[in-house]
Amino acid sequence: MPRLEGHAKVTGRAEYIHNLVLPGMLYGKIFRSSVAHGRIRRIDTSAARAVEGVHSVITGEDILKVIPRPYYGPAFHDQPILALDKVRHAGEPVAVVLAADPHVAGEAAQRIVAEYEELPAVFDEVEAMTSKALVHEVLKPAGTFPDLKHLEGRRDTNVALDFHLRRGDVARGFAEAERVFEHSFRTQQVLHVPLEPFVSVAEPTGESLTLHTSSQTPSFVRIEIARLLGWPESRVRVRVPHLGGGFGAKVYVKLEALVTALALLSRRPVKIALSMEEQFYTITKHATTLRIKSGVAKDGRITARECEVWWNGGAYADIGPRVTQKSGFTAPGPYDIEHVKIDSYALYTNLPAAGALRGFGIPQLVWAYECHTDMIARSLGIDTLEFRRRNILREGRPQATGTVMRDAAIDKVLERLAARMDWGSPMARGTGTVRRGRGIAIGFKASISPTTSVAIVNVYADGSASLYCSTVDMGQGSDTAMAQITAEVLGLPVEAVKVVHPDTDVTPYDMGTLGSRSLYHMGLAVKRAAEDALDKLTALAGEVGLSAETTPVPDLFRKRYGMQAGNVVGVGSFIPSYKSPDHDTGLSPDVTPFWMVGGAGVEVEVDAETGRVTVTKLVNVADVGTPINPRIVETQLSGGAIMQLGFTMTEKMEFDSGQVTNPSLADYRIPGMLDIPVTIVNETVDAEQESGPFGAKGVGETATFSVSPAIANAIDDAVGVRLTSLPLTPEAVFRALRAAQGNPLKD
Amino acid sequence: MSTALRTIRFTLNGEAVSAQVATHENLVELLQGRFGLTGARESCGQGLCGCCTVLVDGTAVSGCLYLAALVDGAQVSTIEHSKEGGLDAVQKAFIECGAFQCGFCTPGFILMSRQLLAEKPDPTEDEIRHYLSGNLCRCAAYPEIIAAVRRAAEMRRTEKGAMVIRD
Repeated sequence: MPRLEGHAKVTGRAEYIHNLVLPGMLYGKIFRSSVAHGRIRRIDTSAARAVEGVHSVITGEDILKVIPRPYYGPAFHDQPILALDKVRHAGEPVAVVLAADPHVAGEAAQRIVAEYEELPAVFDEVEAMTSKALVHEVLKPAGTFPDLKHLEGRRDTNVALDFHLRRGDVARGFAEAERVFEHSFRTQQVLHVPLEPFVSVAEPTGESLTLHTSSQTPSFVRIEIARLLGWPESRVRVRVPHLGGGFGAKVYVKLEALVTALALLSRRPVKIALSMEEQFYTITKHATTLRIKSGVAKDGRITARECEVWWNGGAYADIGPRVTQKSGFTAPGPYDIEHVKIDSYALYTNLPAAGALRGFGIPQLVWAYECHTDMIARSLGIDTLEFRRRNILREGRPQATGTVMRDAAIDKVLERLAARMDWGSPMARGTGTVRRGRGIAIGFKASISPTTSVAIVNVYADGSASLYCSTVDMGQGSDTAMAQITAEVLGLPVEAVKVVHPDTDVTPYDMGTLGSRSLYHMGLAVKRAAEDALDKLTALAGEVGLSAETTPVPDLFRKRYGMQAGNVVGVGSFIPSYKSPDHDTGLSPDVTPFWMVGGAGVEVEVDAETGRVTVTKLVNVADVGTPINPRIVETQLSGGAIMQLGFTMTEKMEFDSGQVTNPSLADYRIPGMLDIPVTIVNETVDAEQESGPFGAKGVGETATFSVSPAIANAIDDAVGVRLTSLPLTPEAVFRALRAAQGNPLKD
Repeated sequence: MSTALRTIRFTLNGEAVSAQVATHENLVELLQGRFGLTGARESCGQGLCGCCTVLVDGTAVSGCLYLAALVDGAQVSTIEHSKEGGLDAVQKAFIECGAFQCGFCTPGFILMSRQLLAEKPDPTEDEIRHYLSGNLCRCAAYPEIIAAVRRAAEMRRTEKGAMVIRD
């Protein structure tokens, strides 16, 4: 089944907010902080105001006129719409110029002058634990999440959230071990880089406000904007067409609160479209430091594991505290370990904020535990596949939280990965300076829970149907999959189902298009809505005395209304069962509605003279349940893996005193055609998610999990050096090779 | 700011048009602002991603770096241009092979793929990779795009073959 929006996309006619122009619209250009941490002494906007064509220049103080408490955020209300009193990272929005011509606004923004009293800044996540430099004076949890309430009013700390899990008794586990291994790892700060950068338009419409925005979370935006304005939700309309990529960047509020305030102040439609450079100051992926310690018995069984994770959340919490907890509890990996201890910390620092990026923290954790796993196996002289087999978490066994694994094909993914890598056969090792090696890794993820989805199916009198749902199609193909589910239930051709794009005036609530949750949660809501419509059609048949089985749907309507008229509307909603982890032990018997499992295997060539690594083969094996659209699933798998390849090999935000020094695609290199492996293999294992729609579950993040450690493991296999920090640049490999030769390079 | 405007005349997707442009305006702004053509779109702003690809006198250019005034007298063609109103082999192949996800980079890839096939009707995989290396797809539908270009080459050959037989 090809994508429904194919024609619109290949003709350049698909709708993006990027394209939107409204009559009388003003463009906003943002003036940003040049320091990482400082008190605002003065903002001089006079020269900017004097530029011909400028409508107005707005600062944080002006925002207070329309939004008296201008702090927002999904987990903490810590982020001001424009900086007030203090700036907390270089690149933070401080003022905005409005003009009908974006060039005028851009030129005027450069004439704003701000003076700061610089404050000591903290950039490293581990230093932030004890640093005297405090990013925020007091913690302000949003109240959305009950398990963050205890943080209310906590002062003098950069720890936004600490999550702890205690299972069994690690001291006993380590005492029982024959060998104990401890390693530390690091991941770098990277970002999403959707090719459609952030863009939002606010349009005042009398008593109401319409936001046209490139957002993955229209329902959340409506609720949060209504809260900021003190308005009922019904006065805020959020409309989202196609997205030019999201990857977790466009979740919660990004530009929406700012354009809202600007539109209310100017009483004109206001558009802000960020440049590629500005994306680097907006939202990123957590840099992390990870420490992991394992005890291993004589028979190669892991007896205990201790994990400490420090998440560099940047200046604003965004969804970082959820990453800390929701991903934190999988830190020991997909292994059956009796004694587990996890400490996971969300830290504030003076860097651009970090949030969710395709995997919600999982790729950082898998980087640590799958490198660690390989290092242990090599040290013990056990084959790395065999060591995993001995410890793998099998169906029916409890995960670290205590939740029993169901429909998680971890062992199957590992076995198919081994088969696809031809692990049993020796590989040619290369000659001369180019050495070959191979590596595998496996990771897993829980779905974010509990979250709600609601859907409406409207059957028209001719038998065709519309589906109203707030899932955002940002390229993952949800429109097509949701239409397929609707069509399957109603017995219609897929083309007869129109998917109405998110418009909160029309489409019902959905928590958001994130965390690979839509196909499962919205898929089930859509299925229920279609089944409800079908039940009502059956009832209609009974009402008019016709057979529901044999009568064409149009005839039912004609009999009922005397002509082609009327509708049948079905409604469905879904919220999974869930038990919040215990605050002290982190344990829960029901922590997720489903598990995603992703394994990666790679073959590499390492040039020992230059440190250059070429991935020649990439194998992605995943448990996605039973795929609804196999072609789209495959594109999601290879696309996710290639994105993670970028995070592994080239991508890294570079900083000087908190200022990003490579904020462009010239200096921050994302993968292109020439960077992808010659051979890419994708496989979904034969599996079924019994609770999912037609046996399916999410796939958007799965292929990102294991790519990075698989490559580091392959490099070790090829040249015998171990890299513990990302990215795996030629310089890093070369330095490691020279260090291994006892001839290290100078810094 | 300089606001001096000059009038330019050019052919846009087969039609003679004219526009008043400022000296600093780029081709993407001209196409979006004056003609409502949004298939070429600015993303990286540095000519590195290919999202803003436009054909000027038959050659692909980065519309975000190309001054609008320079198309005076030129033949300009965008993704919206279709000769018979239908899809060409490249577009059909992109749909058939699922060679896109979010679609933001797709017009640029299609225009570059057309140019490749005009130069090399039967490119190797390596030639496709090199020719399209200046276009970025963050969804990374690269394997599908390579497959689509090969499929389009095959379709074009079949169409040509059919025409020869008919003749």
